[in-house]
Parts: sequence; structure tokens; C-alpha cells
Amino acid sequence: MGFDTAYEAITEESDSGHRWAFGTGFTDPLAGVDTSVPAGVDGADLATYCLMLGDDALIMSHRLQQWLARAPELEEETAIANIALDLLGQARLLLSRAGMADGSKRTEDDYAFDRTEREFRNVRLAEVADADFAGLVARLLVFSTWRLALLVRLRESADPVLAAVAAQGVKELTYHRDYAAQWVIRLGDGTGYSRQRMEAGLAAVAPLVAELFVPSAVEERLAGVAVDAAQVRAEFDAVLAQVLAEAGLDWPEVAGLAGVAGQAGRDGVHTEAMGYLLAELQSVARAMPGATW
Amino acid sequence: MVRTLDRAMLVRARQVAQSVPDPELPMLTVADLGILRDVSVTGTRVVVSLTPTFSGCPAIAEIRADVASRLGAAGFADVEVRTVLSPPWTSDFISPEGRRKLAEAGIAPPRSRSESGGDPVPLTLTAAGPRVDCPVCGSADTARTAAFSGTACKDLYRCRACGEPFEHVKEI
Repeated sequence: MGFDTAYEAITEESDSGHRWAFGTGFTDPLAGVDTSVPAGVDGADLATYCLMLGDDALIMSHRLQQWLARAPELEEETAIANIALDLLGQARLLLSRAGMADGSKRTEDDYAFDRTEREFRNVRLAEVADADFAGLVARLLVFSTWRLALLVRLRESADPVLAAVAAQGVKELTYHRDYAAQWVIRLGDGTGYSRQRMEAGLAAVAPLVAELFVPSAVEERLAGVAVDAAQVRAEFDAVLAQVLAEAGLDWPEVAGLAGVAGQAGRDGVHTEAMGYLLAELQSVARAMPGATW
Repeated sequence: MVRTLDRAMLVRARQVAQSVPDPELPMLTVADLGILRDVSVTGTRVVVSLTPTFSGCPAIAEIRADVASRLGAAGFADVEVRTVLSPPWTSDFISPEGRRKLAEAGIAPPRSRSESGGDPVPLTLTAAGPRVDCPVCGSADTARTAAFSGTACKDLYRCRACGEPFEHVKEI
């Protein structure tokens, strides 16, 4: 049966106890999906790859959520919340996939709330804080351009679960990238002051770009399942060039942020920002293990 | 005889599952929205397959619970609700009936999705959005005010002719 307004639906009698209350006790986002590991694929490697892509989405989503109640206008706040929600949905599917792929049966919550900083596999681009809105849109442009290029190729993955998550993600990221690109153009091609802030945003994000295209041993071993990160560099450069030309901005040529002994985000070696982010993300789960609400 | 009984159970289970409203677009049922993929009955077991509209759709847990609870109330004790991720949901799955109900509620229905999703996905550098007719007065003189709105599946427009703001279901 239908309802004329959302309010009628809210007040409808329901014995499920689930209506309009979102908290813990989520059902498995992969319930009923065939999560068997394809023949010839190493389950542990597949799990690691799912964590890489899942952690990128989870940590980026958390940074975006920190903008809520801080955005310059209601429309921008709504946009940021929507983008954060899409990424959180992708993260839930990917983290759940990881727990099924390696046979550990760990849930999305186990991965999000019980791992230490060294166990997170996200690129450092996802974890850094934004100095201002221009910094946010610069980081979002880089992140969504890169991730969209990865997911477009991942639609052909030999793992049907990854391929399905990618196919849906491509539609979502198309919106994210357009949103970020339009703001970079608006600020870059705006006033002298907005341009100055946009340039500062690009300068802040530029050192974090090189890491995105460093191929990992896991991706190599998962040929046909995973996407080789180095392969998407040309597309990324072409999209950035198109946006920056429209905005009248130049890409700052800077050296990539160094890792520690050759290790970076994919190896669990993060920036100082990551500890603070996780302290907030995991605070309730750590203070009250097993709590539900 | 058994076949007839099975058939009757399937019809009944399908009727119940089809009638579940979407929590965020409550004027539509899950069948109108095109997220109900399949209903099957084996013995006394009912299996319902659903596809989320967006990866992060928070309503899917509510819909799953609602489907199970309504089938339970209709006498089906053994219900399984499965998630189907492939092929992904597209706005083209919204039924003609669903489109009519959206328009009646003042929400512009999605147009047929132009075939895109090639490689690479084209960039859109203007904020104008697709051309959408006003669901209130029918005018084509409308403008998109935001690419995101209160739910993931809609964006915001306003009509320059009648002055009304309205929502539009995105073509995805």
C-alpha cells in the first residue's frame, strides 16, 4: 500500500521495531549474495584488496561527515552528506566482502571499529583534514577522479561481487566528480581571492597524488580481479587537465609526500592526521564494546 | 492439485511483497520503484530478492524488515530476503505506474536514461542539469538548484513559470 506523505508512513503501525531508526544491528549488506571466492583467486589477497578500496571510502566518508554543520550553504552541506553516504555504502559492501573472502567472517563493524591505525590500508589522500572548502573540493576532485577511473575498469573484475559494487559506484562517483569539478572551476574562475584559496587547496592536495598510482604487490597478484593503479594515471591526468583549463588554474608541480622506508598508506603507514581521525571514528565502539543502540 | 496450491501461494506472496512501500518515497511501492527483483516459493519457503537503489541506501534495511514482517503477517513463516547487486538498479526500472505516482506527488519522474557509462565517463562541467518539465504546471522553463537533495536518488529544481521548487528523480 502507498502513502500520501512520508509522515503517514512514519506513524503507520509496525511490529518490526526497525522503522526509521538507524543504529547498530544492521543487516549484512551482502545478505543473500554469493560471496564464494572465484577459482584461482587467493582469498587473503582478495580480502586485502577489498580493504584497500573499502578503507579509502570509509575514511574519505568520515572526513566528509566532519563537514556537516560547517558547510558554507545548506545545498553544499546536503551534497557533502550525500557523497559521504554513497562512500559509506561502498565501504560497507567492500569491508563485508573482505570478511567473506578470507574466511575470517569478520563483519564491517569488526573492520571499521576494531582495527589499529597500522591495519588500515587507505591512501593518505583520504585521511588528511581540509583547511577550508576550497581544500575540500580540491581533494574531492582528485579522489573521485581517481576512484572513478579505477571503478570503471573494476566493472570487468573476475570477482562478481567487486564488479557489481564497481558498477553501482561508477554512477555515484560520476556525480561526485562533477560536483567537485564544478566548484573548482567556480572558485578558480571567480574572484582574485577565491582563486587564491583554490590554488592553496590544490597545493595542499598535490603532494598526495603520486601515492595513488603506485602499484602494489596485491594488485599484481590479483591480475584480472584488481585494477593496476598505474594504469589509470593517463585518464586521471586528462580529466584534471580539462577541469584546470576551464578553471584557469595550473597544477602545482611538487614532489610526492615521502613515506617511511618506502611505505605509505597502502602499507598501513599513515600521516599524523589518521590517529586523530580513528580516535573519533572508533570512540563509541571502544568505550563501550558490543554496545547497541 | 499441488501445482495449483504452489501457484496460489506464489501469487499471494508476490501480492504482499509488491505492496511494501518505499520508506523514502512512500507514495511508491517497492514494485513501482523497481527494486523488487524476484519472489519465489519453494514448499513453504518464500525468497524475496531486492536491489538497493544506491550503495549507501539507508532504507534497504527497513525495507527488508518490512517485507519479512508483512509476509509473516500474511501467514508465510519462512521468509528469506536476499540482496541482488547485479545488474545495478537504474532509474529505468521505475514502472510507468511509479512515474505517474511520482508526478502526482509533485516529484518529476526520471526521463529514460541516455546510454552512457562508456569508458571514460564524460565530465559535466556545467551545473545546469538535464532539462526537466515542472510536475506542478508542466512548464519546461525550469532550472536545477542543486545536484543533491534529501535522498540520494533526487536532485532539486525550481520552476521559473510557476515559481515552485520541486524534486526530480535522477537518471542513473
